[in-house]
Amino acid sequence: MAIQAVAANRSATLLQAKAGGRRTLVDRAMRYLSFVAAIVCIIPLAAVLFFVTVRGIAAVNIDLLTKPARALGVGGGALSAILGTLQMVPLAALMAIPIGVLAGIYIHEYGSARSARVIRFAADVLVGVPSILIGIFVFTFLVLPFRQYNAFAGSVALAVIMSPVIMRTTEEVLKLVPGTLREASLALGVPRWRTTLSIVVRTALPGILTGIMLAVARAAGETAPLLFTALGSRLVNVGDLTKPMDALPLFIYVNARQPFELQNEQAWGAAFLLLVFVLTVNVLVRLRSAGTRTQ
Amino acid sequence: MLIETPPAPTEETGQPPVDGRETAGTSSPDPAAASASAEPTSVEDAAPADAPTGRVEVAGLSAYYGEFRAVRDVTLTIRPHAITAIIGPSGCGKSTFLRALNRMHEVIPKARVEGSVTLDGIDVYDREIDPVQLRRVVGMVFQRPNPFPTMSIYDNVVAGLRLTGRHRQAALDEVVERSLRRAALWDEVKDKLTANGTSLSGGQQQRLCIARVLAVDPEVILMDEPASALDPVATLRIEELMAELRQNYTIVIVTHNMQQASRVSDQTAFFTMGDDRAGYLVEADETIQIFTNPRNQLTEDYVSGRFG
Repeated sequence: MAIQAVAANRSATLLQAKAGGRRTLVDRAMRYLSFVAAIVCIIPLAAVLFFVTVRGIAAVNIDLLTKPARALGVGGGALSAILGTLQMVPLAALMAIPIGVLAGIYIHEYGSARSARVIRFAADVLVGVPSILIGIFVFTFLVLPFRQYNAFAGSVALAVIMSPVIMRTTEEVLKLVPGTLREASLALGVPRWRTTLSIVVRTALPGILTGIMLAVARAAGETAPLLFTALGSRLVNVGDLTKPMDALPLFIYVNARQPFELQNEQAWGAAFLLLVFVLTVNVLVRLRSAGTRTQ
Repeated sequence: MLIETPPAPTEETGQPPVDGRETAGTSSPDPAAASASAEPTSVEDAAPADAPTGRVEVAGLSAYYGEFRAVRDVTLTIRPHAITAIIGPSGCGKSTFLRALNRMHEVIPKARVEGSVTLDGIDVYDREIDPVQLRRVVGMVFQRPNPFPTMSIYDNVVAGLRLTGRHRQAALDEVVERSLRRAALWDEVKDKLTANGTSLSGGQQQRLCIARVLAVDPEVILMDEPASALDPVATLRIEELMAELRQNYTIVIVTHNMQQASRVSDQTAFFTMGDDRAGYLVEADETIQIFTNPRNQLTEDYVSGRFG
């Protein structure tokens, strides 16, 4: 009897901490707080998108797309910058993709655990290095000796930024390929290199492409590595990698600082073009990977 | 890419049309493949030789993962054109033993093997033997169906041929039909050979994996619990298939399922784990003998369900 009475009293005590108690209040407060924090994180993105779109669209016109830059706010456009980006970024991709993909394959498929760890660590550090330092690094190797800012140095700087990103995403998606596929192929008498290429890399290909496109989008928006290398130029430079070349981020950087209204407008327009390019790549990539996941 | 989509089969005959395309990308990728094509066992001629080949003799085999010995001193003769079941409790080295037979064990870093395995008198661990070549003769089916997800049914079947660079484009259609027929899958997939291999049911996928192995024309087929991930109906089909395949191939099957071993196999080898955690062979005999009148008390305890 006594025990039962104690038990009943204990339940009653426990149940008295009813809804609306202190714990529930704290829980609710923290939940709202984290929700607000999440919103605050999104605000900058929304603001950037909003202002760049509103002010940028207004500045996009046929001149911006077809005319080279001119000084002192007397017309002109972003043609040299657009063409420059369209040359330097693909060239950088051409350099970074083989290096990044092969390095990713190496550390996942062939490297010892130790060498993989060292390379992975180095790549992660490289990703974290401020991009202006990469610009200065390339400057000392490819600009100083020639006494000439040049587009090739710009491409190399962009490639240095891209390759560790490509390498790490390649490695990550190779990890997702089931080991059973590798074994199935080897057990069919398929040589190791062919298994790696036709089974493992082939299976991971959509993910590798995703990594490449994200790296391209990132490189397209980089300004700092180009400041000391490609420098920027008002001239349309098509094909001469030994001369300075303009790029959209450089164009924005230069024109936004000019005292002339027209050039500020052109900077907004170029910013919009760059944003559209980067966002298109990003959205395509996300849609793609979402598509492959649901297949 | 390297993989081409095959033409759809024609309706009238149910036969895929003969394909006369250039054999692009089929040049021998390695010198080993070139020597393979010179051997008499060509892809077109899959009929078994008169005297059954595919006898595997294992002597004093130990398999290690680094310092750990997983299989200790196994000596066993695997009869050609028969089904040999390997049974035993979990962790007794059955799969490791199986993988040592086609040198898949050594794919794992730091794994190594001692002792000898001979296939029709040839030491497969000889320095001169290329493990890649060996695996074309000793095929393997895994526990979980693992068709290549980027490939169609057709491409899955011929993957072994295409990726080893020894095929004639025109012969592929024939190989696909014959392999799928032998794997008892042809009637179910003949109208959708271009469909993705992973779109099939689990049991069909496993038969596709068997067809993929048959397409490279092996002598021996190793099966590592091939039905353990399948439902009873699909399991039955795999077992029926094995009974047919044993006429042409030597089959070694690892199974947890003692009923399965007693149903399908001719010979049974019972493994268990020793005090040193290494698996070893307790006894091997005719299946009927193992299940009705085993010589060893451990075997009797296991097959009668007293442990494991």
